[in-house]
Amino acid sequence: MTLAGRALSIGYSDRVVGRGLDVRVQQGEVLALLGPNGGGKTTLLKTLLGILKPLGGEVLIDDRPLAKFSIRERARRIAYVPQTHAPTFAFTVETVVLMGRTAHGGLFSRPSAHDREVARHALEEFGIGHLRDRPYTMISGGERQLVLLARALAQEPQYIVLDEPTASLDFGNQGKVMRQIQNLAVAGHGVLFTTHDPNHALRTADQAYLLRGGERLAHGKVATVLTHANLEALYGASVEMISDTESGANAFLPG
Amino acid sequence: MHRSAAPGLLIALAVLAIGIAIALTVGRYPVAVSDLFDVLWSRLAGRTSTAAPAVENVVLLVRGPRVLAAVLVGAALAVAGSAFQGLFRNPLVSPDILGASSGAALGAVIGIYFSLGVIGIESLAFAGGLAAVAGVYAIGAFLSSRDPMLVLVLTGVVIGALLGAAIGLVKYLADPYNQLPAMTFWLLGSLASTTAADLLPLTLPIGLGTGVLVALRWRMDAMSLPEEEARALGIATGVLRIAIVIAATLVTSASVAAAGIIGWVGLVVPHLARTLVGPDFPRLLPTAALLGGGFLLFIDTLARTMAPIEVPLGILTAVIGTPFFIWLLAGMQRNWS
Repeated sequence: MTLAGRALSIGYSDRVVGRGLDVRVQQGEVLALLGPNGGGKTTLLKTLLGILKPLGGEVLIDDRPLAKFSIRERARRIAYVPQTHAPTFAFTVETVVLMGRTAHGGLFSRPSAHDREVARHALEEFGIGHLRDRPYTMISGGERQLVLLARALAQEPQYIVLDEPTASLDFGNQGKVMRQIQNLAVAGHGVLFTTHDPNHALRTADQAYLLRGGERLAHGKVATVLTHANLEALYGASVEMISDTESGANAFLPG
Repeated sequence: MHRSAAPGLLIALAVLAIGIAIALTVGRYPVAVSDLFDVLWSRLAGRTSTAAPAVENVVLLVRGPRVLAAVLVGAALAVAGSAFQGLFRNPLVSPDILGASSGAALGAVIGIYFSLGVIGIESLAFAGGLAAVAGVYAIGAFLSSRDPMLVLVLTGVVIGALLGAAIGLVKYLADPYNQLPAMTFWLLGSLASTTAADLLPLTLPIGLGTGVLVALRWRMDAMSLPEEEARALGIATGVLRIAIVIAATLVTSASVAAAGIIGWVGLVVPHLARTLVGPDFPRLLPTAALLGGGFLLFIDTLARTMAPIEVPLGILTAVIGTPFFIWLLAGMQRNWS
C-alpha cells in the first residue's frame, strides 16, 4: 500500500521546478522531505496531493494513477495538513474538524451522527476534546496544528501529507506534534511531511528524501541518508554533528 | 456546552416580527395593533374582518406589498452578502463585489433614458446585473491564475468602475428635468412604487438563488478555506464557486432591479448575524435572512414616515449603517467573528 511518484517532473505551466523524481511512502511509515528553500519541497508535496498536475511522470495510489481518482475519492485516500493559518471566520474547533468529513458525505448532506462521532474521536485522539466549542481563531498555534491533525484523521485517509507541521510552534509543541505524527504511522497511515529541521526527521521519520534544486540528492532510511556530508551538500552550508556517547543518538547543529 | 443557534435565530425572528408589526401600523394612516391582528387573522382564517374596510385596504393592498418587498430585498441582500463573504474569505465583501449592482444600475438608467415602462426598466436592470457578473467571471476565468479569487475580485472592481463611468455618461446625456431625477432616485434606492405585481418577479429569482445556497449550505464553510485546502478536503471548488456566484447574483440582481441600489445591508447584516449565531453557514444563512429582512423593513418604515417626502433608502442605510458598523468593529477587535 503505497503513495508513489514515478519519474515526476514537477512545476507550473511556465516553470519547471524539478524532474526525474521518484518518491514513495508506505502505509505505516513516515517519510520526511528535506531541502533548502526554493528546492521544490512544496511543489513536490502539492503534486503528490494532486493539487498540482505533474508535468511528466505520474502519481500512483496503490498502483492506480491519481489522475483516475475523483476529487472526493482522492480526499478519502490522502489528507492534507497545511501550514497553520488563521482563517477569516471564527469557526469552532468542532466545525473545522467536521470539515474533514466533507468527502464522506454528498454535496448536499449534513454531517451525520457518525461524522460527529468520528470528529469527536479524532479530537480525543490528540487530547484536545476540551477545545471542541472554542473558536479556532482563539486557540494557540500548537493547538491549531493539533486541530488540523484531527481534521486529517477525521478524513479517514490512508496517507497524510503535512506541510512544515512544526514551522510556527514552540519547542514543546514541536515535540508534541512530532510524536503525534509517529502515532499516525503506528496507526497505519502513510505519513509524509516537509521540515527545515533534520533533527525532526531523525526523531520522527523512517525515511528521508533530500531535495535540492529540484533534484533528488538522497533517499532512504534516515540513519543512512541524514549524514553530515549529505546535509552539508543539501544546504550548501556547514553543519555540525553531535553524538550522544551513551545512546548513540545523533543531532545536527547549523553553522 | 454546545453553542446553540436557537437564541440567535429567535432574536432575528423577533426583530423581523416587530418590524412587520410596526411597518404595517405606522404611517400617514395609523392602524391600531388590534385592528392589524384582526385583519391578518381574518385573512388567514378566511373570514371577513370586523375592522374598517379602509384599514384592510391600507394593511393588505397599500402597505402589505411594500412590506413584503422590503423583507424580501433585505433578506436577499443579506443572504447574498453572507455567501459572497464566505466565498471570497473576506468580511468586507458586499453583494455587489462582482458588479451585480453596477450592471443593474446601468441597465436601469438606460431603461429610464429610453423612457421605458417600469417592467422594461426592471428587466433591463436584472439583465444588466447578470450580464455584468457573467462578464467579470468570463474575464477572470480567461486570466486564469494561481489565485482565481483575487483575480475575480480585481476584475469586479475594474469592471465596476467602467460601468460607473457608463452610468455617468447616460446621466450626463439624460434630460435634466425629467429623466435625471428619476435616475438619481432609482440609484439611491426606493420601495415607494412597489405594488403587488412586483412581488412575483422579485420572489422567483430570490427564491431560486436562495434555494441553491440553502442546498449547498453544508459545503459553504469548507468553501471559505483557501482553495487548495478545500480541494484536498474533497470539494470540486470550481463548479461550486460558479453555482454560488450564479445563485448570489440572481438574488442580488432581482433585489436591485426592484428597489434600486441599497448599500450596507449586504455588508453589515452578515456581521450582525455572525455575532448572534457564529460563522457556521447553515445557521448563518437563516439568521442573516431574517435580520436582513427586519433591518431593511425598519429602514423603509423610517424612509416613508420620518419626513413629508420619501427619503431614499440608500441614504438611510448609509447614515445608519456607518456608525453601526464602526460600533461593530469596536466590539470585534478580537477577531472577525
